[in-house]
Amino acid sequence: MNDKIYLDYAATTPLDEQVFEVMKPYFSQAFGNASSVHQFGQAAQKGVINARHQVAEFLNCQADEVIFISGATEGNNTVIKGIGGNKKLAEKIGAKPHIIISKIEHECILASSERLEKEGMAEVAFLPVNSEGLVEISELQKNIKPNTILVSIMYANNETGAVEPIEEIGQFLKKINQGREQKIYFHTDASQALNYLDCDVQKLGVDLLTLSGHKIYGPKGVGALFVRQGTPVARFMDGGEQEFKMRAGTHNTPGIVGLGAAISVLKQKNNVNSNIKQLRDKLINGVLKNIPQSFINGSLEKRLPNNANFRFEGVEGEAIIVALDLEGIAVSTGSACAARSLSPSHVLGAMGLTPSQSHSSVRFSLGCQTTDEQIEKVLEVLPKIIEKLRNLSGDLNESAKIKEKAKLPDDFGC
Amino acid sequence: MYSDKVISHFQNPHNMGKIEGPDGLGEVGNPICGDMMRIYLKVGRNGKSEEFIEDIKFETLGCVAAIATSSMITELAKGKTFSEALKIEFSDVKNSLGSLPPIKLHCADLAVKALRAAIEDYKERNG
Repeated sequence: MNDKIYLDYAATTPLDEQVFEVMKPYFSQAFGNASSVHQFGQAAQKGVINARHQVAEFLNCQADEVIFISGATEGNNTVIKGIGGNKKLAEKIGAKPHIIISKIEHECILASSERLEKEGMAEVAFLPVNSEGLVEISELQKNIKPNTILVSIMYANNETGAVEPIEEIGQFLKKINQGREQKIYFHTDASQALNYLDCDVQKLGVDLLTLSGHKIYGPKGVGALFVRQGTPVARFMDGGEQEFKMRAGTHNTPGIVGLGAAISVLKQKNNVNSNIKQLRDKLINGVLKNIPQSFINGSLEKRLPNNANFRFEGVEGEAIIVALDLEGIAVSTGSACAARSLSPSHVLGAMGLTPSQSHSSVRFSLGCQTTDEQIEKVLEVLPKIIEKLRNLSGDLNESAKIKEKAKLPDDFGC
Repeated sequence: MYSDKVISHFQNPHNMGKIEGPDGLGEVGNPICGDMMRIYLKVGRNGKSEEFIEDIKFETLGCVAAIATSSMITELAKGKTFSEALKIEFSDVKNSLGSLPPIKLHCADLAVKALRAAIEDYKERNG
């Protein structure tokens, strides 16, 4: 795989070698069940405790506010269902709980919220975003109701890298909460943000924050949920007293140790990150300069330094991805989770892009191992691919635009 | 995800492009699905004075499967009489390509529809 070029770090990252070394003993030496009383258990527990402190230090919270989970999807399900679908909380407020999320959240937030709505457990407001992919506080303000109990807005978007104004929202909600009987809890999914943004939960003003190991050069299958003391999250997983009785299940000790190690390595990566930004900017400038009718989706300024989401009119994204893959370059259309679905990206749609514009979009996400040579290679190969695919599509893009204007019904049998 | 044959047609599509002043032209697809196809026909008459597809070309804006199925249908239809060409089913396109991922089966159907639309267009023009 060495000559291959990986530019899909937003989907997942390779495990850091240093982190792997730290994890190794916990597979077969300190293999005990971290809940066991004997020394095997104690050795494993030590690893878990240490990791919890590492995560807490990074987030600037108490260690007992960190709950280890299987990943961001579990964390996000836990928050939405454990607060939005929390029966005790509903009884307390004497109304159906109301939750506010944005239209560009990850599928796990959207699907969990839609389920609550469908089952009549909660009301859900889906906040729009502007053309840059950013949530506006005025929209949030308009949607707050007396029974609102939760606001969940992602820190950085997985498709466009758009960085949402979490700190501002935190301050805004803090003010609002002063005059309310029922507090509005604030959650952010920080899966994409951790590598590049300040995740101090006190500064952000969040009550809940989700993070994932495999997005930060840590292992897959592990993540953490920050739950501020006193935040009423109903338990999602029953059957054990692990994680302060908030998440049952034997500790994934090697994974948890790896997550702790990965998060403590992050702080040392500032230099690497500025290099990533330079390479990303080179990619953006090179593409926009050399490929006609190419555009960047989303804000250039409020964007993760490793993300470039392009749109190439008159070409379909999947065809670009496969053509690049045949050249040994790995990128993706938006989210890896939606890669096998045919519907256009809900994120780009929320930003006002037409379905055919969404279909012609491709995400490049850079990371630690991205080199200048790799970006040079992309800039050499990509223009030829786009040209070839445009030759194939003739002027069908114009035809698509006309059909889109005619507003075809949603049910078209594809 | 894709068979070698699909990839081969994607990389080296057969009969791509336009026919200037075509005898028949079919355009199908929907921008919401992301796939649009156009088929151009040049129609001739064989020894039995039956109409047949003398030349066929395609243009496609779409995914790998859409491009490969368009390429394949032009291969299957070229040289065939109308009655033979109209018998081509989506399963013929699929099988000729080895296989298609289930989510992409509609692309084979779209290719068949494009061919039929082009033949239909010819028939309408020639009343």
